[in-house]
Amino acid sequence: MTMVSVPKSVSSIGLGEAREIWGYMTRSKSFTIAFAFLVLMVIAAILAPYIAPYDPVEQNVPRLLKTPSFQNLMGTDQFGRDVFSRVLYGARASLSVGFASIAIAATIGILLGMIGAYRGGLADTAVMRFMDIMFAFPSVVLAIAIMAALGPGLLNVILVVVFISIPQFARMARSTIITEKEKPYVVAIRGTGASTLRIIFQHLLPNSMAPTIVQSTIMMAWAILTESALSFLGVGIRPPTPSWGWMLNDGRAYLITGQWWLILFPGLAITLTVLALNFVGDILRDAFDPRVRRRGKIL
Amino acid sequence: MGFASYLLRRLLLLIPVVLGATIVVFAVVHVIPGDPAWSALGFWAGKTQVEEWRKLMRLDEPIHMQYVHWLGDLLRGDLGKSFFTYRPVAEELARRAPITAELSIVALAIGMVVGIPAGMISAVRRDSAYDKMSRFVAVAGFSVPEYFLGMMLILVFAVFLRVLPPGGFATLQESPADNLQFLILPALALGLPIAAVYSRFTRSGMLEILDQDYIRTARAKGLTERLVIYRHALKNALIPIVTIIGMNIGYLMSGAVLIETIFGWPGMGAYLYSGILSRDYPIIQGTVLVIAIVFVLSNLGVDLAYAFLDPRIRFGRE
Repeated sequence: MTMVSVPKSVSSIGLGEAREIWGYMTRSKSFTIAFAFLVLMVIAAILAPYIAPYDPVEQNVPRLLKTPSFQNLMGTDQFGRDVFSRVLYGARASLSVGFASIAIAATIGILLGMIGAYRGGLADTAVMRFMDIMFAFPSVVLAIAIMAALGPGLLNVILVVVFISIPQFARMARSTIITEKEKPYVVAIRGTGASTLRIIFQHLLPNSMAPTIVQSTIMMAWAILTESALSFLGVGIRPPTPSWGWMLNDGRAYLITGQWWLILFPGLAITLTVLALNFVGDILRDAFDPRVRRRGKIL
Repeated sequence: MGFASYLLRRLLLLIPVVLGATIVVFAVVHVIPGDPAWSALGFWAGKTQVEEWRKLMRLDEPIHMQYVHWLGDLLRGDLGKSFFTYRPVAEELARRAPITAELSIVALAIGMVVGIPAGMISAVRRDSAYDKMSRFVAVAGFSVPEYFLGMMLILVFAVFLRVLPPGGFATLQESPADNLQFLILPALALGLPIAAVYSRFTRSGMLEILDQDYIRTARAKGLTERLVIYRHALKNALIPIVTIIGMNIGYLMSGAVLIETIFGWPGMGAYLYSGILSRDYPIIQGTVLVIAIVFVLSNLGVDLAYAFLDPRIRFGRE
């Protein structure tokens, strides 16, 4: 699983700083391209019914396995379905797994990590021991095993990805809070008699936003890779819902006979989406780190 | 605290983790609703048949007793039998483990041989065109799903160029030449993404080291750049890389499931996949548990190696 090193000291981000961060990011060509690509993918996913030239599940027997042409930009598959339309619709499955599962996992994970770190004692031990056990499994292997038992389906995929990503967020939140809670400003606020909840939500949480955003971006890339791997193995999204991983699984049967378009286009869709997320994550990490940001050298 | 007591403490700490892992593995199969009898015997099985089968598989006992029995068998090295072939899972895993190990080791070697020099050159020629290119390739390298890369390799080298087989396996003893031929593509598919990770870590490690005072001293005393890079910088830059090997092991295990399936490489990954397809729970349970144990032990090994290599890490202190 991807490990993320987070900026060591993070302070609450004000408006001026936000502008500085955005300025740093948009000066980077690769960020601009990656971000634009992601926006395009989100638009494609939302507007798929309007953009797609064909129904993604409609079979067209006379036009089986056609090479890419103007009529079918990315060719057709073994049922005569339009690959381009399926790639567009596939974005829906991948992106919804990415967004939904990471949003849920981040919320739960950060809460768990914070409670553990702030409270210490038994809560902390319990949370951390559970995390240790979760880290005993290579994540994709665990995901495959759980999906095999649960059965395929979009909701189950989201559930499994949430379950496996929680420890990542919990661990990150915990280490952030442990360093943050001893800082003089927190001690001072505690001295004024502020409640624990208030300290957590008003002070600690905003101050751990930067590493959370970076982590979420990278984890989203991981979630999309995991969804496609699960679907590829036949335990992910249930067909006929188009999913990139499942399309690759379909294409596998036509590998030896050379129908390359069945593999290339869904594969590129996954790779480019994940690549764009990784790039955005990388540059966000640099942008949130004042030391790197002010040095100014970017890719 | 000495190394021996550090090692002992780390090993003792593993016990609860592994025990917890067995509970997770057990729960995955048993707590989740659904009756494995139907998947084992088929939809048309009769009621008495199902009941007999459940008794045979000890599924009629209360859940905690099932766990205790399963754990007892486990301690004796018995991982149960396949629902369909009735072959012992432990035996099958013992036969397949070396096959997966061969693929993983070669993939890891490819990752190091390609990735470390690539990252080193990147760091030395910082911000050059090469550096920018290689950084892009590195991010692309770990963004590409390994099974997609594997299929593209098959397409190019087996289908279009016809220089390598699209899949298959021969044991090293039977025919080393055939074994190598079958090994190349899957090892590349698994190894190239690892190379991407190595190149990134080597680059950032080198850059950090090259900034240090002792490198300036080495340069100042008139050592050639070559000597500075190889003798002083690289050696220290490689230490943190040991930790990535731990990450790689998990990746290799997951990758093995996908890559072995695509290339028909009969290792543990392909076994797990066959178990999933047929909903053969003992296979899934046993394989996932063995993978988890290998993973935990190799992570411990990595930690120990790291502590050994870097004298600043004090044994016995967190």
